[in-house]
Amino acid sequence: MHAIEIVGLVKVYSVGFWRKRPKCALHPLHLNVEEGEIFGFLGPNGAGKTTTLKMLMGLVFPTSGSARILGRDLNDPGMKAQIGFLPEQPYFYDYLTARELLEYYGRLSGVAGKDLSARVQSVLGRVGLPDVAGVQLRKFSKGMLQRVGIAQAILHEPKVVFLDEPMSGLDPMGRREVRDLMEQLKAEGKTVFFSTHILSDAEALCDRVAVIHLGELRAVGAVADLTSGVQGKVEIVWEGTVVPTSIKTIGATCHVTGDTVRAVVAEESQDLVIDALRRERLRIVSLVPVRTTLEQYFVEKLKRSEKTAGSLA
Amino acid sequence: MNNRIACIASNTFREAVRDRVLYNLIAFAVLLSGAAILVGQISIDIEKLVVINLGLTAVSLFGVVIAIFVGIGLVSKEIEKRTLYTVLSRPVRRWEFIIGKFFGLAGTLVVNAFCMAIGVFGALLYVAHKFQKPDGWVLVALYFIILQFLIICSLALLFSSFSSPLLSAVFAFSLFVIGTFSEDLRNFAAMAQGMTKWVATAVAYLVPNFSALNVISSVAHGQPVSSQLIIFNSLYALLYSMMALCGAILIFQRRNLK
Ligand SMILES: Nc1ncnc2c1ncn2[C@@H]1O[C@H](COP(=O)(O)OP(=O)(O)O)[C@@H](O)[C@H]1O
Ligand SMILES: [Mg+2]
Repeated sequence: MHAIEIVGLVKVYSVGFWRKRPKCALHPLHLNVEEGEIFGFLGPNGAGKTTTLKMLMGLVFPTSGSARILGRDLNDPGMKAQIGFLPEQPYFYDYLTARELLEYYGRLSGVAGKDLSARVQSVLGRVGLPDVAGVQLRKFSKGMLQRVGIAQAILHEPKVVFLDEPMSGLDPMGRREVRDLMEQLKAEGKTVFFSTHILSDAEALCDRVAVIHLGELRAVGAVADLTSGVQGKVEIVWEGTVVPTSIKTIGATCHVTGDTVRAVVAEESQDLVIDALRRERLRIVSLVPVRTTLEQYFVEKLKRSEKTAGSLA
Repeated sequence: MNNRIACIASNTFREAVRDRVLYNLIAFAVLLSGAAILVGQISIDIEKLVVINLGLTAVSLFGVVIAIFVGIGLVSKEIEKRTLYTVLSRPVRRWEFIIGKFFGLAGTLVVNAFCMAIGVFGALLYVAHKFQKPDGWVLVALYFIILQFLIICSLALLFSSFSSPLLSAVFAFSLFVIGTFSEDLRNFAAMAQGMTKWVATAVAYLVPNFSALNVISSVAHGQPVSSQLIIFNSLYALLYSMMALCGAILIFQRRNLK
């Protein structure tokens, strides 16, 4: 059984105030997500990620196609007790305190009694908000709301967790914590399906990803498979104003600023550049990847498909 | 009542309380005690009449205003603010949400009316120094007022399930006003001719019959309410709000959330 099984989901919105025009937000989407994996749903803004998630959650209805979660129908309450959902930019009843909100959601998901208050306390600790349980949500910052959102998604120990842009609105520390949390969920045997346009997150976490652009699925697979044959780039900075000729010949773009030189080269020629610099006894200041391989993949793949847009299914 | 409906209802009640909806009771208390003290000083005979008339009318009007203003936002506000996402992605069926909201608002109004009723009886005691048997009919009038609230709640929910709060408010208020004069409308329909007769009759039977639910002035005069009317009104309110709620559910079931 697949954790998530999407069979030809299509969503056509009608837009425009007076004259309604159809707008296809999602072309037939076929996708399977296995149990126990972290699955990244990638795509630039407006790709159709949120639309897909909203259909899976039963918030909007598909124009055609169907989907099953844990082998069950989308409006099966028994299945819904076993999933958690973090919406994009979540907003909650701001007259409630964090604890009241989570208790409310817990009850709606069928958690009750003593179990409930214990779980609320532990989940608040887990998302890094142990001390603000009694504070009204209207006093929460955006990042704190995002954490409350994650808390409500995992509170009832769901088998499948859906997260729409879980890292947005978080500081670097927060993003680190959310990554760790997602890895813990996987370790507990849960399935995590999350959407993002931040590729480094996906690259660090996902067993598999799907790439979607303009409502069309472009690729599915393990990150390593998708990016084989795609090169990342690194930025190398060294002291001085000299650019060795061997570096010029590999076609690196070099900029001299003050008394340092900055060069951006393909990942594969990185060793070549380092060797050249050491031969010339130039001191290397830094070496950082500027584009992850997945990002590079995106740039190439999506650029190419935009040119041929329409001819692709 | 199932657990989820109870949960949603109590949260709706809590929201109303925290949004200071019950503060209207202060205005009510000021109005009523002012009136009681004033009439207490003038005459001997009409003071009960004034207190009952004024008190019950205020109970009804305050409640109607709350029912409409809270009711019109019950669904549309949750869609607008997207607070529904995290509710409907749980094992909550859409109809349970609507019913929960209905009971939450109805509960708020009943609690509100109950507090006001205590005030009305207090004012009665103040001007008349003792209760008499006909004062019991005031309870029936209050019961009818609550039936009226149930109808308005369900209508506000119905409008809230498909239109913006502003439009819903306009719809609900117009229905309330027309419904209050539904008896006149029926009389008019009986006398009219041709097309006008058909339209007037249709409208008269479609709008809620608030005339029959308003026994304030006869109760103020100490007249009894027939048990027939009590039964009729109970069934009528039950059926009418059930139909409006069914409509709200049917619309909401199909709705794509923004
Ligand atoms: N309610 C709506 N009405 C009309 N168009 C919409 C609606 N929601 C989304 N869209 C359109 O559908 C496309 C996909 O949007 P969305 O799923 O939000 O993308 P993503 O989450 O990947 O950024 C966008 O072009 C967006 O403008
Ligand atoms: Mg989105």
